[in-house]
Amino acid sequence: MTTGIVKGIISNLVQVEVSGPVSQNEICYINLGKEKLMAEVIKVVGNIANTQVFESTRGLKPGDTVEFTNHMLEVKLGPGMLSKNLDGLQGDLNKRKGVYLTRGEYTDPLDEDSIWKFTPLAKTGDIVSAGDWLGSVPESWVTHKIMVPFVLKDEYTVKSVVPEGEYKINDTIAVLTDKEGNDIDITMIQKWPVKIPILAYVEKPRPFKLLETGVRTMDTLNPMVEGGTGFIPGPFGAGKTVLEHSISKNADADMIIMAACGERANEVVELFVEFPELDDPRTGRKLMERTIIVCNTSNMPVAAREASVYTAMTIAEYYRNMGLKVLLLADSTSRWAQALREMSNRMEELPGPDALPMDLPAIISSFYARAGFVYLKSGATGSITFIGTVSPAGGNLKEPVTESTKKSARCFYALSQARADSKRYPAVDPIDSYSKYLEYPEVIEYLNKNVNPHWVKDVNKTKDILLRGKEAQEQINILGDDGVPLTYHDRYWKSELVDRIILQQDGFDKVDQSTPMKRQQYMLELILGICNADFVFESYEEVMPYYTQLINICKQMNYTEFQALEFNNYETELRKIVDERRAK
Amino acid sequence: METQAFQKIYTKLNQITKATCSVQATGVGYDELATVSGRLAQVVKIIGDNVTLQIFAGTEGIGTDAEVIFFGKAPTLKVSDELGGRFFNAYGEPIDGGPEIEGEEVEIGGPSVNPVRRKQPSELIATGIAGIDLNNTLVTGQKIPFFADPDQPYNEVMAMVALRAQSDKIILGGMGLSNDDYLLYKNTFENAGVIDRIVSFVNTTEDPTVERLLVPNMALTAAEYFALEKHEKVLVLLTDMTLYCDALSIVSNRMDQIPSKDSMPGSLYSDLAKLYEKAVQFPDGGSITIIAVTTLSGGDITHAIPDNTGYITEGQLFLKRDTDIGKVIVDPFRSLSRLKQLVIGKKTRADHPQVMNTAVRLYADAANAKTKLENGFDLSDYDIRVLDFAKEYADKILAVDVNISTDEMLDRTWTLFQKYFTRAEIGIKDEFMNLYWKKG
Repeated sequence: MTTGIVKGIISNLVQVEVSGPVSQNEICYINLGKEKLMAEVIKVVGNIANTQVFESTRGLKPGDTVEFTNHMLEVKLGPGMLSKNLDGLQGDLNKRKGVYLTRGEYTDPLDEDSIWKFTPLAKTGDIVSAGDWLGSVPESWVTHKIMVPFVLKDEYTVKSVVPEGEYKINDTIAVLTDKEGNDIDITMIQKWPVKIPILAYVEKPRPFKLLETGVRTMDTLNPMVEGGTGFIPGPFGAGKTVLEHSISKNADADMIIMAACGERANEVVELFVEFPELDDPRTGRKLMERTIIVCNTSNMPVAAREASVYTAMTIAEYYRNMGLKVLLLADSTSRWAQALREMSNRMEELPGPDALPMDLPAIISSFYARAGFVYLKSGATGSITFIGTVSPAGGNLKEPVTESTKKSARCFYALSQARADSKRYPAVDPIDSYSKYLEYPEVIEYLNKNVNPHWVKDVNKTKDILLRGKEAQEQINILGDDGVPLTYHDRYWKSELVDRIILQQDGFDKVDQSTPMKRQQYMLELILGICNADFVFESYEEVMPYYTQLINICKQMNYTEFQALEFNNYETELRKIVDERRAK
Repeated sequence: METQAFQKIYTKLNQITKATCSVQATGVGYDELATVSGRLAQVVKIIGDNVTLQIFAGTEGIGTDAEVIFFGKAPTLKVSDELGGRFFNAYGEPIDGGPEIEGEEVEIGGPSVNPVRRKQPSELIATGIAGIDLNNTLVTGQKIPFFADPDQPYNEVMAMVALRAQSDKIILGGMGLSNDDYLLYKNTFENAGVIDRIVSFVNTTEDPTVERLLVPNMALTAAEYFALEKHEKVLVLLTDMTLYCDALSIVSNRMDQIPSKDSMPGSLYSDLAKLYEKAVQFPDGGSITIIAVTTLSGGDITHAIPDNTGYITEGQLFLKRDTDIGKVIVDPFRSLSRLKQLVIGKKTRADHPQVMNTAVRLYADAANAKTKLENGFDLSDYDIRVLDFAKEYADKILAVDVNISTDEMLDRTWTLFQKYFTRAEIGIKDEFMNLYWKKG
């Protein structure tokens, strides 16, 4: 095994003289007294390995010894990860003893003593390869599949599988035989390097199924699909975190993985406190039972912050291979990019734009590429939908992280400061935002078949109404209320109706916080009906009060149970007022 | 910091810059303290036996034959109850003529709190200032800066907030404070008779720049002692964080580090986060709340310092001179407290969220009316009423010199609502209208 000696220290960049071969991204442990500090090789020059240390390097000296592991940064995959609060290196935060995070303390994400009820899925004689299901155990409400380890490259014959029964994660549950006749013992756990994608599937087609989030401005106007990618950029205070939490609470996914990289600790505490209490509207269970939180807050070591998104993605890929619909949310990828910048800066690399590393666009695009909808060998499907938030410096959407992400992600949900200031939440700008999926023929076909036959046409019509309303408003601002034709006021207020009823949503209201697709479709049809009507106004002063009245009734509808008596009463009232003023 | 027997002394400096020096030495640990010609210094880079030190007091007059003595430990502070009522410099040495502190010696800049050991903040900090208590309520364990231009009275306001806030200890970390401002804090605290619950670590403009780097960590280490060991509610005031960041950039520049945005070091976000994230609510009642000052240049919040600060802290407070009333207010638009939702309407009166939002909405309408007026459009009756409302709202409620309870703030706002508007224009839930809208 390769060993080394510390030669140089610049903050968390440590230069190590190595005795033998060493590889890029290899993990080593630096001995500092009794403590062992985990570090990752990020650059090798001659016999000097530059490593980024996942801990404080205070007190480290030249001459301290280093042990290399011959492994890249890996995660341990197996039953028992659900509901856990993990750090960026997959350590279980709840298992750490003290109030403070003492360095050199690494905790196991899995529990060796837990007992799992194993049911075999494969049988003796089966030919299997990486990712195939050998058996399953119930993990909370997920049927956790025990798979042929992803590191096994060949085809194998199942020599034996244990019968149904109770086992621990380290017990051998199957024996495989390779082509040379060697036996391989399989347990319930396996390891995988986080920076390498898990590709144990047959095919990754273009995604085509809608992924409902319950957020109307997304589902109706710019839909996300199962296995799709999207990002939410916005200046601080525009509501990124609230929107992300709202998606995580209501999205139609089997599992949610939240990666908090470089975020405020008090925000993470909010997740820790809220999620165990919140009911999952789809299963009636607690939200935390389908959630894994990977958190490396802003003050935790910077290198582990970089690792955290990869840790989260690898866990997501593992569950996708079980045929699950996984939603991965990362907050925020800018902090991750900043972590990359910090290290590149320490290594005195020539900087790219905004002093970020030159390969940032490549790193971002290959990360987003790990999401996707896949067909597994069993015929089952699985998906990772990835939504990242971006915190552009000064709210400038032309900065490198936003620009690079824009090229990688297919959906763009632009949060606008102006909308946030005027309390129009969620503050997603309907004009600037887009979903590329709306252009995919397979998505159009899916939507028209599953929502209604003219759905995509309706959505495009809605976008036109918003755009025309914006143009009318600009004219009114320049020419004054009475300097424009009456129709401009009418156009503007029709777009306001769409904005306030379809786009704006009260994330804190019991009913309004999440809207099922059926209801979204119903409301859009109702609102479009009003937008298509011609109304008679004598002067521009009549327009605002009239639409304010319509908006108020529609808003009450949004607050009441769908098609309940109260809801229907509002609708009757609404139709009456609309008919009264409709041009004959 | 005396020389001890058998301590190795190095006397051959091979590089001197304005803030750092380098020396060939072995057995030196990262972050370790040293003295260079008697001046305190800290190891910031080691390559082989070449050790680079940042010299806190500056390198003026340091010779290549200067004596370098390593201490074998990182900077520390002696913590005990004796800290109360005392003034210290950036090294934690008394500057008030009093005796040295006896206590446990702890390293400053220690590790982070495990997020799962934190408690969700839920206790309100009242300041008597409506721009804070009513519109941007603070809670214990929060971290929030004043974003202020240098000409604004942020130190006065912060001293006022500190005095009014219900806390067991106030810890002042002054970085590059003008001597006048230092005396302002000192006199304010003395006159209020609260000097015993105040601990100050001060670096004034007369002191060397690089010393500023120690101040926030000294203040926060003292805060951790009182919050964790004594279960006290500790309020930490840090002013001015922009000057702290400037000191960071000086050192990184002298080390030939590649500058990041706005000439700040690439690690600015991590450096600031390490300090601000010391704000915490512990389950046993102890807490650290941080109120800081970030001075801006011409209100520019896109600069790397306020931008990174905004992403770490839980909101920000903007001061604004309201020319209609000739007083300073906390700007209701740009200010934000991210944690206020945890207390308003729960720890305060139930009508608080609705009253606050309505008043801010009306204040926004007044801003629109003002624009209309400036553009030469005619004002409606509503425009005129809303302008009058805004003026009185700023004068009687928002102005920072008004000191009233939250209930009184709410009552005054109701009175103004009723004076200028109809019930329908207010549009607050009927359950509150029936309670607070006076009949007749």
